[in-house]
Amino acid sequence: MEKTLQKSPESKAGKLIAVVLIAALYIFLYLLDNVLPPNSFTLMLIPVLKKGAIYSLICVSMNLLNGFTGLFSLGQAGFLLVGAYAYSIFTIPADQHDAVYQYFEGGAIRFSVPEALGRVLGENAGNILGAILCIIFAGLVAAAFAALIGIPVLRLKSDYLAIATLGFAEIIRAIFQWNGLGPVTNGSNMLRKYTDFSDIQIGSVKLATAFPFLISMICIAIIVLLIHSSYGRAFKAVRDDEVAAEAMGISLFKHKMLSFVISSFFAGVGGALLAMYQTTIQANAFKSAMTYEILLIVVIGGIGSVSGSCIASFLYIACNEWWLRFLDSGSFFGISVPFFRDGFRKVVFSVLIMVIVLFFSRGIMGDKELSFAGLMRKHKKKATGGVEGGGQA
Amino acid sequence: MSAFIQANLPYLLSGISVGGQYALIAIGYTMVYGILRLINFAHGDVFMVAGLVMVYLTTAMPMYISIPLTIIITVLLGFTIERVAYKPLRSAPRMSVMISAIGVTYLLQNCALYFTGGLAQIYPTIPWLSDSVTIGSATTKMVTVVTPILTVVLVFALVLFIQKTKIGMAMRAVSRDFETSQLMGIKINSVISMTFVIGCGLAAIGSLLYFTNYPSVIPTSGSMPGLKAFVAAVFGGIGSIPGAVIGAFVIGICENIIKGLGSSWTIFSDAFTFVLLIIVLLVKPTGIFGEKATDKV
Amino acid sequence: MKKILAIALAVVMVMALAVPAFAADEIVIGVFEPLSGDNGAGGKQETLGIQYANSVTPTVEVGGTTYDVKLVVADNESSNDKAVSAATQLVASGASIVLGSYGSGVSIAASDTFGDAGIPVIGVTCTNPQVTEGNDHYFRICFLDPFQGTVQANFAHDELGATKAYCLGQLGNDYDQGLINYYTQAAEALGMEVTAESFPEGNSDFTSYLTNAKNAGAEVIFAPCSISYAQLIVEQAASQGIDVPITAPDTWDSNVVMEAVQGTDLDVYCTTFYAEGGDPDFEEGFKAYLNSDDTALANNGGNDMIAAVSVMGYDAYYTALEAIKAAGSTDPADVMAALPGTTYTGVSGAIAFDEIGDAIRDSAFIKQANTETGVWDFVAAQTVAEAEAE
Repeated sequence: MEKTLQKSPESKAGKLIAVVLIAALYIFLYLLDNVLPPNSFTLMLIPVLKKGAIYSLICVSMNLLNGFTGLFSLGQAGFLLVGAYAYSIFTIPADQHDAVYQYFEGGAIRFSVPEALGRVLGENAGNILGAILCIIFAGLVAAAFAALIGIPVLRLKSDYLAIATLGFAEIIRAIFQWNGLGPVTNGSNMLRKYTDFSDIQIGSVKLATAFPFLISMICIAIIVLLIHSSYGRAFKAVRDDEVAAEAMGISLFKHKMLSFVISSFFAGVGGALLAMYQTTIQANAFKSAMTYEILLIVVIGGIGSVSGSCIASFLYIACNEWWLRFLDSGSFFGISVPFFRDGFRKVVFSVLIMVIVLFFSRGIMGDKELSFAGLMRKHKKKATGGVEGGGQA
Repeated sequence: MSAFIQANLPYLLSGISVGGQYALIAIGYTMVYGILRLINFAHGDVFMVAGLVMVYLTTAMPMYISIPLTIIITVLLGFTIERVAYKPLRSAPRMSVMISAIGVTYLLQNCALYFTGGLAQIYPTIPWLSDSVTIGSATTKMVTVVTPILTVVLVFALVLFIQKTKIGMAMRAVSRDFETSQLMGIKINSVISMTFVIGCGLAAIGSLLYFTNYPSVIPTSGSMPGLKAFVAAVFGGIGSIPGAVIGAFVIGICENIIKGLGSSWTIFSDAFTFVLLIIVLLVKPTGIFGEKATDKV
Repeated sequence: MKKILAIALAVVMVMALAVPAFAADEIVIGVFEPLSGDNGAGGKQETLGIQYANSVTPTVEVGGTTYDVKLVVADNESSNDKAVSAATQLVASGASIVLGSYGSGVSIAASDTFGDAGIPVIGVTCTNPQVTEGNDHYFRICFLDPFQGTVQANFAHDELGATKAYCLGQLGNDYDQGLINYYTQAAEALGMEVTAESFPEGNSDFTSYLTNAKNAGAEVIFAPCSISYAQLIVEQAASQGIDVPITAPDTWDSNVVMEAVQGTDLDVYCTTFYAEGGDPDFEEGFKAYLNSDDTALANNGGNDMIAAVSVMGYDAYYTALEAIKAAGSTDPADVMAALPGTTYTGVSGAIAFDEIGDAIRDSAFIKQANTETGVWDFVAAQTVAEAEAE
């Protein structure tokens, strides 16, 4: 998704292809949202595309931390939760508050940003602008949490950091479920009725699928720019050798903190998008299993590869939610297979993941990036092997 | 005063009992970490699998066969996990091994989900251990009383084993310096396997006691006790067996006291464990019994 | 690696396209139930009721043509984030109507997916008011939480003579917390004193909570929670010698809980949708069905005791058939239009819908666990009128 930003010198043709492909992608998404009649194929395709785009962003944000800065953090689910809640709390329409906060007398916060903007700008513009503002706010809140947590936690090394961040994610979850905060977070109950993808449209053009793509693409582009900046090089230096990096005058704590906060910002944005996708959220879903899932996608894609994370996200989501569902259904092309029953899909998945971890530890992309210029060069040379990955984000 | 004791004895009792069970799991963590510097995330799930194995075995055979068989199967499982998932990555970066451990967790939980069909399995009643017994004001199961005693006995035996036997000495050597001990002719692989065998054996015994107390096994049954046992190991000073045991009892008791504090506190009983972990890591990263600064670069 | 991936992708893509092939005269009824996760046990029992009904009446006549009814089951994994994709799967399978789910959270989460696709849904045992509120496509055939909470509080106050109650539910579970809320409201209105506590997910040590109940001087314990926790609470209450009654909502009406209660000295009550012996013909047929199929028997918890949720699943299936017949079409839009006027007298009683889409249903059954025989004994049937009058 970030192909346009590759800084390879001979890549004019590559850039052109990328631009054409991205344009084609958005035209396709437009058709999908507005023109194509829903059938059993597009019905399954649309959620996979939306969730794939969101997970791409979430995985890239984790990769920034784990792959590019070498900080093994397992707190991702916590930041997703913060982002999802920060977004939804401020986009629930005022007249829905009594229904949503049914046990807390309508809750403490009684306004909705999209609605307030909608009164001035018109409903559609209000929804889009309100959603974008709240998404950014979600990211900021998650980043603020990260900054607070980072002060103590980032002093810890590798596996201690992992377990401490995992612990913080659990603490955040417990706090959000606490009835004392009920008027804001709705306690154990779900938040719903907030602005979601189906509310996003310009005029009569629906953007339900294009919107998550747009947001994640912009965010991933920013992350890629960051990685290629001097900060990104400092992150990599910290990852490769802390002592050497420090000797070169790189402030360890400052850069670790920066990476942690930025990663959490985008995790928060991802959480907000996830909330929009799910149309309801509940703190219960943001367990450590979610972090593990994200981590495993990052590993499949290749630790230290942005395009790898994106490809792996789409592949994983498509397999998990669509292509491999037949493993659970008890039959394969009408032939009944006795061991195909509920849960078999997950067993197959976990075996696959173990195989990748043990035998293909570089994942789909290793630490390389997908670039069209590179592909064309390879093609010219007729070199076989070497090039890995093929999914088209 | 006596009314106070009467009201609070049950919290203390269940705290001690849970603490004993955490201790048996924590030993597995602390020994593996001491030698491999690896947080064996899958350890809690091995504990859960031991529970499931017991459930399935008792439907087919009498208790006196299924109990030892459960322990043997669990030990074999631990041994296999080490050989398949960790040994090939011995020279890989630490992050890879941890990811592999998380992968094993994922695999074990999903297999359990598949075999149980997502239904909670009722743990068999072990005679005598499940009997009710009254201590002062508290009525509880026999296992509550047996657990701390059994834990202390097992730990004592383990410490003797590590102090007095040759393989125990090898273990201490490996945990002190991995490379040098290898050069000294210690068969590193068999020492590591032995560590996993002991750790998993104790986890199996722990699961017998734990599930007799809380007789329902679900695929995620192992993750919370596993995490808490790990925190106990850190609290006590990772690598130190007595430290892990004391840490486990502290956590078990504190957790139950918090549950007893009243309604706005009960929900934070799990969160407390992690707060404790973070405080310990910041204030005294080596834990209460840990050795002074090991490699940190 | 690339080639293998490409081939695998191609194969899977083709399959995804090939799967939804329709037979000529077939109507699809979607079953949206949790088959794994916390509510897996209940979801499986509910699905069994639907499957049994389908085996009894596998066809439906619509406009002179006989259609085969095909059940498509999607597992929502008791989890709100998986609910959306399970619902999408049902939409893509071309379902005319969907039944489910056990558990309200997943129903609310998936509601918009069904609504956008214009597919009507009949909630079987989702009791949260929010499920049917503010939409036209969600209907339900069971009673609601405010009603159940009130019935429970009245029962504790009038029949058990309790003045102090202790409520215990799971943190982060809206079903538990919602019921506790309604229970507390009703009980406090009756002048009772209520202490409510929550345990974190995955908790298995309930001894301290039970001690809290004891120390608070509770005369009744109300524990709305899922079956797996119910089992543990019962077990530990028994070994701690808890002598006050434990009351629970519909989730506890399960043979899994019964097994744990059997042989103890506990006094356990639950409110539910159906009392054994209500319809002997149905019970006989359903038991025969369970016993003829090992998987079905295992899904029912290993024995042939009838759970109320199975009965509700059975009734939901027939209500759906009635709606399809009334619509005279397999088009979801027609079925949805026909649903509000659909009535059906099922095993669990008469079913009709009010303007919100909720069942006009005014009775709950209260049952007591018989610790010797291991069955639920019928205690009383309580109606809304009574509950409100008191």
